[in-house]
Amino acid sequence: MMTRIWKFGDSVNTDLITPGRLNVTADPLALAKISFIEFRPEFAREVKPGDIIVAGKNFGSGSSRESAVIALKANGIRYIVAKSFSRIFYRNMINLGLLPIVANTDGIQEGQTLEVNIANRTITNKTTGELQAFDLPPLVEKFFNAGGLVHFIQKNGVAGLQQFQ
Amino acid sequence: MARELKFKGTIAERIFSEKVGRQVHAGDFIIAPVDFAMAHETTTNWAIDSVRELGDKIWNPSKTAIFFDHVVPAASVQVANVQKKVREFAKSHGMPYFWDGICHQLLAERFVRPGDLVIGADSHSPTSGALGAVVVGVGSSDIALTFTTGVNWFRVPQTIRININGRLPPAVYAKDLIIHIITKLSVSGATYKSVEFHGSVVDSMDVSDRLTLSNMSAEMGAKCGVCPSDEKTKQFLEQARGNSNDWMPVDSTPDAHYEQIVEINASEIEPTVALPHDLDKGVPISHAIGISVDQVFIGACTNGRLSDLEIAARILDGKKVASNTRLVVTPASRTVYEQAMDKGYIQTLVRAGALVTTPGCGPCLGRHAGVLGDNEVCFATNPRNYQGRMGAPTSKIYCGSPAIAAATAIEGKIADPRKYLR
Repeated sequence: MMTRIWKFGDSVNTDLITPGRLNVTADPLALAKISFIEFRPEFAREVKPGDIIVAGKNFGSGSSRESAVIALKANGIRYIVAKSFSRIFYRNMINLGLLPIVANTDGIQEGQTLEVNIANRTITNKTTGELQAFDLPPLVEKFFNAGGLVHFIQKNGVAGLQQFQ
Repeated sequence: MARELKFKGTIAERIFSEKVGRQVHAGDFIIAPVDFAMAHETTTNWAIDSVRELGDKIWNPSKTAIFFDHVVPAASVQVANVQKKVREFAKSHGMPYFWDGICHQLLAERFVRPGDLVIGADSHSPTSGALGAVVVGVGSSDIALTFTTGVNWFRVPQTIRININGRLPPAVYAKDLIIHIITKLSVSGATYKSVEFHGSVVDSMDVSDRLTLSNMSAEMGAKCGVCPSDEKTKQFLEQARGNSNDWMPVDSTPDAHYEQIVEINASEIEPTVALPHDLDKGVPISHAIGISVDQVFIGACTNGRLSDLEIAARILDGKKVASNTRLVVTPASRTVYEQAMDKGYIQTLVRAGALVTTPGCGPCLGRHAGVLGDNEVCFATNPRNYQGRMGAPTSKIYCGSPAIAAATAIEGKIADPRKYLR
């Protein structure tokens, strides 16, 4: 299945992802529909499970509202590749079982094909052949494999966090 | 709790060390107990399922609070139903809840103590770090973990020290200062970091203004924004809580290692405006004068305190809001509201034509009480001026101090407050 790259610039804030005045609901499917509703209106209509968001610096700046992550997850996004992430958004991503990948995204464009290999910790731009290694901190990997913070704690308890010290 | 910090380092390192009972350093991964945890109605709504999945029992309800501040009173059936659900959750779990002010303001007035580690499910949680505490913003999953266990994991942050010396010129306030600092460091310049505010300007600032600095450290991506706790902090606690039992001195130790030290000469700063749509687009007011505005907003967790309303009232006393604009004023808490009435500020503002609204987040996030229409322009004391934040995506937000806001309300276009403060 072809996955599509959705490319964004720097400092894409949470109000652009899910505008504050609209995210009253906790329903993931309703949130999915308002993803980038004004910033990139075609996103919610055309996004398919497995598509990858690629962005510049400081992705997800702004609000702590998890709706921004819930909305993208409900659209089938699993990975976001960016030069850097805003702090709370990064934590919200790993807490909800999405994988933030920090990489140089200058050479990745829409229309290209990107392969994420978690086992090898690499992303490969299949169109240009560019291969990049990324860092996968143990906590991020374990949370991702568990499906997020709540599932990790249900399985391992709070004591399960001690392995990351 | 010992009323002095035992360990060494930056304020963040010292407070995190205190919580885990051993010396920790920037970069260390720790699991720490928190002193207090809070959420507001919106972030609580998303935390309820996670709390249930984590055992549905609150670790210590007296160390938690839920604040209704984002849309108060409810402005639609949908919002009312969310608030009903959250209220029932709070009651059934024995958690105290409040609807008389913005969460960050109430944390500062009533709950956060110098030396505390606090987490809050809202991005402007760093605000009450101004009391000499580490207050960190998180999302709903993290708050669910802490509500149920009393702990969370943290990476002890590196610290950027900002020394603010010189003297603030007339009509220049903490708001101008922090926009100037964010413009210097950029909207991501402090990501993951603790920002510590020092220097003679901070020493002589009241806590009210320090709260503005710490609040907007979030706008450079900071994990926390901290001011030392001193005599001013003690005075603030005495005023707000009737005693200073919660006070203790908090500062870094002389051997602290800072990742970056930034020197700011306050004497050089002018009244400053952040242009749309980012906080690091700060310019001296001369670059923004004359821009016509449809709405002016004075309030939010950044600038809805008594000293802010005082400045606005002083400028608007005997004047009228221009006919082409509207002025919305939202006190940050009921306490602020009452004090502003006692001092006559509310009366002055209302007579000038202001629409004074219930304490809360108000129009800052575009949910009620002053939403912007297509292509409208607002001058706001908000912490944040993102595109579309206050309403229509084509609307524009200029951010700055209550003084500029008041002068702007009089003229209906962005105006220099200095001429009104002679």
